[in-house]
Amino acid sequence: MKYWRKPLDFDQVKVPRGDVHIMVDRCKGCGFCVEYCPKDVLVMSDEFNAKGYHPPKVVRSGECVNCNLCEMICPDFAIFSVEVAVGAPVAGAVGSEAAAAAVLVAEKEGRA
Amino acid sequence: MTTTLEQVTLVSEDHPISPYIRMDRMPHIWCSSCGIGTVVKCFAQALAETQVDLTKVAVVSGIGCTGRVAGYMKLDGFHTTHGRAIPFATGLKLARPELLVTVFSGDGDLAGIGGNHFIHAARRNMDLMVILVNNFIYGMTGGQNAATTPLTAKTSTMPFGNYERPFNLAHLAASCGATYVARWTSLHVRRLTKSIEEAIERKGFRFIEAIAPCSTLYARLNRLGTGFDLMRHYHDNAEVRNGADTRDVGIGFQDRIICGKFVDQESPTYLEARDEHYRSILGEKYVPMPREGGWLHE
Amino acid sequence: MKADPRGVLTGVHYLDGDFACGEGAMAAGCRFVAGYPITPSTEVVERIARRFPFMGGSFIQMEDELASMAAVVGASWTGTKSMTVTSGPGFSLMMENIGLAAMMETPCVVVNVQRAGPSTGLPTMVGQADMMQARWGSHGDYEVIALCPQSPQEAFNLTIDAFNLSETYRVPVLVMMDECVGHMTEKVVIPPAEEIELVPRRLTHVPPEEFKPYKVNGSPVPEFARAGDGYKFHTTGLTHDERGYPAMTKACQETCVRRLLDKIRNNVDAIVRIEERDTEGADVVVVAYGITARVARMGIDLARREKAKVGFLRLITAWPFPERRIRELAARVKAFVVPEINYGQMVLEVERCAAGKASAVLVPCGGGGVHDPKDIAAAILGAVR
Repeated sequence: MKYWRKPLDFDQVKVPRGDVHIMVDRCKGCGFCVEYCPKDVLVMSDEFNAKGYHPPKVVRSGECVNCNLCEMICPDFAIFSVEVAVGAPVAGAVGSEAAAAAVLVAEKEGRA
Repeated sequence: MTTTLEQVTLVSEDHPISPYIRMDRMPHIWCSSCGIGTVVKCFAQALAETQVDLTKVAVVSGIGCTGRVAGYMKLDGFHTTHGRAIPFATGLKLARPELLVTVFSGDGDLAGIGGNHFIHAARRNMDLMVILVNNFIYGMTGGQNAATTPLTAKTSTMPFGNYERPFNLAHLAASCGATYVARWTSLHVRRLTKSIEEAIERKGFRFIEAIAPCSTLYARLNRLGTGFDLMRHYHDNAEVRNGADTRDVGIGFQDRIICGKFVDQESPTYLEARDEHYRSILGEKYVPMPREGGWLHE
Repeated sequence: MKADPRGVLTGVHYLDGDFACGEGAMAAGCRFVAGYPITPSTEVVERIARRFPFMGGSFIQMEDELASMAAVVGASWTGTKSMTVTSGPGFSLMMENIGLAAMMETPCVVVNVQRAGPSTGLPTMVGQADMMQARWGSHGDYEVIALCPQSPQEAFNLTIDAFNLSETYRVPVLVMMDECVGHMTEKVVIPPAEEIELVPRRLTHVPPEEFKPYKVNGSPVPEFARAGDGYKFHTTGLTHDERGYPAMTKACQETCVRRLLDKIRNNVDAIVRIEERDTEGADVVVVAYGITARVARMGIDLARREKAKVGFLRLITAWPFPERRIRELAARVKAFVVPEINYGQMVLEVERCAAGKASAVLVPCGGGGVHDPKDIAAAILGAVR
């Protein structure tokens, strides 16, 4: 992160890291999460889910700061992030587009 | 750090909202890019943050798209008749005062057919939290004009554009005596959640207007794109003005939307006024309805 | 369950029908009333408003009748016995939410102190023209129970019965009074609380994880869960399944609505109450209800002086209608004479059940006053020939 002036508590502030989980088959492809993620972690994928929508996919997984905005703004309760300990392995290399789909998960929906 | 794909199988209950939602009824019926789900998530988040006893929360909805909220939430829920959610909720509250009664319904339901009940509940400062999702239209029935439809907007019953003045709901609530009035859009997830938390902690008639996109009807009939485009409109046109005079916060068609917490004051609630009054007149003889309710048993 | 003494005004009183009805509600354990003023019913809630603060009751005058009925349905879901009171025009307004109560299977009582209609009609004068509306007023298929008091004493007694029936069958019960009975003042004996037997709200003992709001285990009605007891149930006016979730299928409509009807239809014999006199060997049976039942007795006396062999059948429950008894009598008598303060409502039921075996003669009266007994006698004598 670039600073024009280094904050005095620079060494103490720990930026959280998050892991994004997407419930693919619940997504209705609205695009809110992609648009409003402050770290541009997501893009709309070209895959189709069971309903014919394009779900999002994680492309910059290491950038997620667990702000939970995607979780809050998704109208279909199809995406959420969980905090991961800083330094813990995250599926998908930081900045690596190739490992981008690391957290695209299949969901087993159990309906009563 | 690994570069291999990790396949994780998620189940419905993994989503943080699942304790508050009837997961056996997912996915819900709301359209792609509808804003109601977002408002529901904010409500669930507020319940989580305030740690209220969920067994004492009742949610009452009317008819309409937002009216389906009661059916999806894992709380004592009531899907009632069109426009009558507020008096139904009044009955629940008065017959078991310990309940946190939330009315969660739409603009057509609460301010159209239910307008009379809305103003009286606000007038009485009835202990109800009202979350009104305003999408400026009657969505469920196919896009008819609502009491909140802005001038010139097209709807199925005003195909050449609306010529009726709409309500300014924040002003209506405030002028009828609501003690907490806030308006946010479904884009303002944090502030909406915070408002709901504040409302949960207060008493009296709390009113939160949540402006939300309606992609299938409002956006489509007015050629505004999808709900996503309406969210962009909120982003570019919403102004946060806490404490604004509600007379100035009317909403025009694709015009600026003034959001904020407009009213936050204390006033004796209906129940407080009643109990206080009877105590002063009847003294020891007054027996109020017990907080656990009027259920008589051996 | 015995009555709560705080609500029982034990003693011998001189009360009008409206006040007696209010006392009956309080004795029955009603603790929530929402109402809207309408002549000639307002005195019921005025009485309740005056006494409720001493017994933990909650009365609210709502902004209209729609709100009143909605509030009553909502309050009932906390397990509290709830009631509203109205007359013709308000009854029409309440119909949608009476349907909601029927669909959600919410116990509640609605009192209609009938006045002459239609529309604003004669606000201060008697009518009995809402009888069919009581049965068919709300849209769709459902069953209700309707009781007709003929005196202030009965207004007290039948209001208690109304609450007991609504708890037993989880159905809205209508007390179809009329303005005459409502405004007539007579002796009303209110017994001690220990002598009043009440049906309490039947709560479930199933744990919340297993509870289904509309699952029946052999009994005609499901067990009840109060809002706030941790059951987190859902209920809706939409056609629903056992879980209370909307289920929009033809099969579910069949199951859901059928049970609403069957719980009354299969228990008609336990619900129906009639008062029958001198029907053995009668040529004509007079069928009447409410204030008209009392006027009819004079008409019967006048006819008997002319040697007519007349029996008398009073509808205490107007709905469900005593079909079986009318069918039985139709096989033996020449005619039924039905005086009512309308232009023909319950007579249609009598005629239907008589199925041509006996004729059904209406003695109409438009309202604004009761029948002249001579007209009833003339109709009886005309039917005998």
